Amino acid sequence: MAAETVNRLARRLPTWPFYLAAPLPPAWLFYQAVIGRLGVDPVKAMEHQIGLLGLQVLIASLCITPLRRFTGVNLIRFRRALGLIAFFYISLHLLVWLLLDVRIASQILTDIYKRPYITVGMVAFLLLVPLALTSNRMAIRRLGARWRRLHWLVYPAILLGAVHFVMLRKGWQVEPLLYLAGIVLLLVIRLPVRRWVAAWG
Amino acid sequence: MAGRINRPYSEVTPERVYLNRRAVIGGLAGAGLLAGTGARAQEMPQFSIEGFDTTEAPNSFEEITNYNNFYEFGTGKEDPARYAGALTTDPWSVEIDGLVERPGSYGLGDILSKVDIDERIYRFRCVEAWSMVIPWNGFELNQLLDLAGVSPSARYVRFETLYRPEEMPGQRRPILEWPYVEGLRLDEAMHPLTIMATGLYGRELPNQNGAPLRLVVPWKYGFKSIKSVVKITLTEDQPLNTWKRSNHREYGFYSNVNPEVSHPRWSQASERRIGAGLFAPRQATLKFNGYEEQVAGLYKGMDLSENY
Repeated sequence: MAAETVNRLARRLPTWPFYLAAPLPPAWLFYQAVIGRLGVDPVKAMEHQIGLLGLQVLIASLCITPLRRFTGVNLIRFRRALGLIAFFYISLHLLVWLLLDVRIASQILTDIYKRPYITVGMVAFLLLVPLALTSNRMAIRRLGARWRRLHWLVYPAILLGAVHFVMLRKGWQVEPLLYLAGIVLLLVIRLPVRRWVAAWG
Repeated sequence: MAGRINRPYSEVTPERVYLNRRAVIGGLAGAGLLAGTGARAQEMPQFSIEGFDTTEAPNSFEEITNYNNFYEFGTGKEDPARYAGALTTDPWSVEIDGLVERPGSYGLGDILSKVDIDERIYRFRCVEAWSMVIPWNGFELNQLLDLAGVSPSARYVRFETLYRPEEMPGQRRPILEWPYVEGLRLDEAMHPLTIMATGLYGRELPNQNGAPLRLVVPWKYGFKSIKSVVKITLTEDQPLNTWKRSNHREYGFYSNVNPEVSHPRWSQASERRIGAGLFAPRQATLKFNGYEEQVAGLYKGMDLSENY
């Protein structure tokens, strides 16, 4: 019943406000950094907070399918917006690293190649690029069934994103491990367990 | 260094009475490094310790006390400032044991009455590739070791941080193996650059910076500069420091700041100076954090990419 109400409301809600609101958090972060309210290391603070925001929105986009399956709440209309906004934040995260943090071209390349957590993060980002490029009606129409298969790339991408987060912290820290656990759970509940059971039983 | 280390404690005090202490310590350490003899201080050239201070602008008190790695209080940079207030730092004593002539518990007040506190403005470089300039107040570690009298067989110094989970919330989680342990080779520990800090900007050391007594080894990555020290043990064998135990591939025993030695996690070629501002570029990291002239001799003949 409640699910029906949510669904009815969601159907009436347009998606454009999401795109309109998306630049606000990074703009706010940047403003805070400029006026010196982001701690003594504003570059790192921005880099980390935008990256985390990207991961969180990507997790939200991954919650939509299980939410429908387990509660009947259907928010699938917003999934594309969430995915694209996550990509936007993750791109900004990369840009902060490139343009404000490292800046030295030769060091950027060695970092990507030599530092495993950066390699992992970079691979995750690259996996998301084709997904962002094909998140439009024309691409969906053109790719047909292949579109779905292509977009399965979000699973390894988000997993690598979580691993990137775990690896960049020193020692085994609780926060990134909780993110990793949550993401693994979101992926595991997608496994076609019932189908396997049926096949083997 | 041998001449200096083996000197009986009785010889030290009279020298301090009639000689400029800085010249004594510096002269002897310099002599030890250069000649390896136990030559008398009076014969040594003047060794100006003033040259150790950097002229770079120090970070603000605010910056130094609000951006800390002190996992005993949490892994966030702001956690230590937030939670370290609960730490009891008085009374405080340091257990000195192992290969020393006078092992025992040394009260902090007693220690402070016997050492010379001065200011040292040092560069501080974290392994995470950020850096600060910090005006410490403290005394040379060699003074404390002399109080306990180092035995001739001692080769390393092992340090331990307070373990008190009631007051240190980070210790309730197995982020690292507690208590935190660090170590130095004896000649590194006796070097006049190596200090035990007791203050910042002429004020008492804030808890988040390792009150009441912390090590500062300015040519090594920051994690070597162990905080809130309660125990010092002189040993024959190299102690296993906490970060090396946690991940020996990334953190070695020496951990000298070295832009030429790649770290699996951070490029050490450059660093971000805290407080430089949002748009300031990175600066190049200096070998031994800029103290090459003073300390490179300690590592003569060693492969620093092996002994990282």
